[in-house]
Amino acid sequence: MNQIDYHWERFTLKQRLLRYIVYVCFVSALFFSIRTVEVIPEFFYDAPEQMMDLFSRMWPMEFEYYPQTIHAAIIETLNIATLGTLVALLLALPLALMSASTIVSYSWVHWIARFFLVSSRTVNSLVWALLFVAVFGPGVISGVLAIAFRSIGFIGKLLGEALDEVNMGSVEALKATGAPTITILMKAYWPQVMPAFFSIILFRWDINVRESAVLGLVGAGGIGVVLSDSMNLFQWRQVSIALLAIFAVVIIAEIIVVNIRKKLI
Amino acid sequence: MDGIKHNYPNPFPRNWTSIGLTLLFVLYVIYSVEAMGLSWPRFTEGLSHAGDLLARMVPPNFTRWSLLLEGLIESLEIAVISSSIGIFLSLFVGLLAARNFMPVFVSSTVRVFIALCRSFHPVIIAILFVKSVGFGPLAGILTLITASIGFIAKLFAEAIEEISLKQVEAIRATGASFSSIILFSVLPQVFSRFIGFATYQFDSNLRNSTMIGIVGAGGLGGTLFSAFQRFDYDFVAAILITTIFVILVWEFISILVRRIFT
Repeated sequence: MNQIDYHWERFTLKQRLLRYIVYVCFVSALFFSIRTVEVIPEFFYDAPEQMMDLFSRMWPMEFEYYPQTIHAAIIETLNIATLGTLVALLLALPLALMSASTIVSYSWVHWIARFFLVSSRTVNSLVWALLFVAVFGPGVISGVLAIAFRSIGFIGKLLGEALDEVNMGSVEALKATGAPTITILMKAYWPQVMPAFFSIILFRWDINVRESAVLGLVGAGGIGVVLSDSMNLFQWRQVSIALLAIFAVVIIAEIIVVNIRKKLI
Repeated sequence: MDGIKHNYPNPFPRNWTSIGLTLLFVLYVIYSVEAMGLSWPRFTEGLSHAGDLLARMVPPNFTRWSLLLEGLIESLEIAVISSSIGIFLSLFVGLLAARNFMPVFVSSTVRVFIALCRSFHPVIIAILFVKSVGFGPLAGILTLITASIGFIAKLFAEAIEEISLKQVEAIRATGASFSSIILFSVLPQVFSRFIGFATYQFDSNLRNSTMIGIVGAGGLGGTLFSAFQRFDYDFVAAILITTIFVILVWEFISILVRRIFT
């Protein structure tokens, strides 16, 4: 009875073996990558010097350039982010409703919705932008659609998860009164998912502001167009003011989102 | 009997502020659509091109598979190296940023550094690195290391701030040194979450390493971008399918790894 188990072990043999297999796989992958990747070490030793050279070319910033081009481009970037989020929301709502098991009980509907959500998320926004530039030509419309299609997966997945966690009590109560589906959606589901809804939208808008700043590199409008033009002309003093503008907008967007969130939740 | 008396307040009163905000938002949308020159004919005109593009994308062309494989392997290498170095560095950066282990001036400076790493999109960081270390995978690796620090270090710092201090005190009571306290009381508590962050970050580095090639930082993105520029849309389709497939395979592996470590 009073025997003490001296050989206490935290993990079983199987657990430990599995862990070691993961470690070995990881280390061999790392070793293989370092051996075969084509890195030229001279470039690496040179990096700090080149970096300093780049920064010295960027200074002083060309502030006169801001009102000429950058201001309009920044506004355009914000518009792309906002409209993109809105379009994404319109397209993601039906998919979210279809993927929630509290609303639709057919599993084939869930799988259709999930397929669209996953394929939207796995393609990068820059790749979406390349596709839409090929379809619509360079311009703002490609940017808006690229942002929208990248966001559908994110918004749809999170909104679907929020709908899955809805408490069915109020839904059943409304159903018992014979309320039509639209009323059940508006008065039973909506009040419960509203906080999650707004925080998802704000979070995605914040991400979209960052992403829409680079879409212009492939010609999809916004500040990225200005950035890539200045870089191709080696106007580094214009590049630095554009980068500063992007940084400021990203920080302001984050502050706005954090403050609205505090008020909502 | 004069019916039910309605002397209770309406449970769903009209919320004038939210109606006002909605109206403002609608006005903003109308203004921005006008300002950016978006129009329905422009959209429908594009849609006819979309059919054209899709027709040229099928069937996907895998005949240049060696080029595809080369880019894919480079992307994987970039992702593996940058995730390992980035996560290793974030361990220390995250510890330095944890408010319950470090003095305020250290944690707040480190936090500003982390915010700086996070606030620029990887593509912009990639541009700067391509200019300073030249074209190729090295620029991609440096970019994704920066991105990993921005994400992992922040989450890791938050995980450390949430640990239970009882075990820390128990280890401290035995007279252990600072490094032993970290190794035996902090790390075991955050390790499984750390694995979660690490698999997620590898996933996001893999996605990003297929993208930063567009600005010349190595990997599959460069192959993709040149295929776009040569209008080889069937090859583009092949690259996209391969990317999606690799990411789905990784998602499956990461579920397995997470199951092993919890």
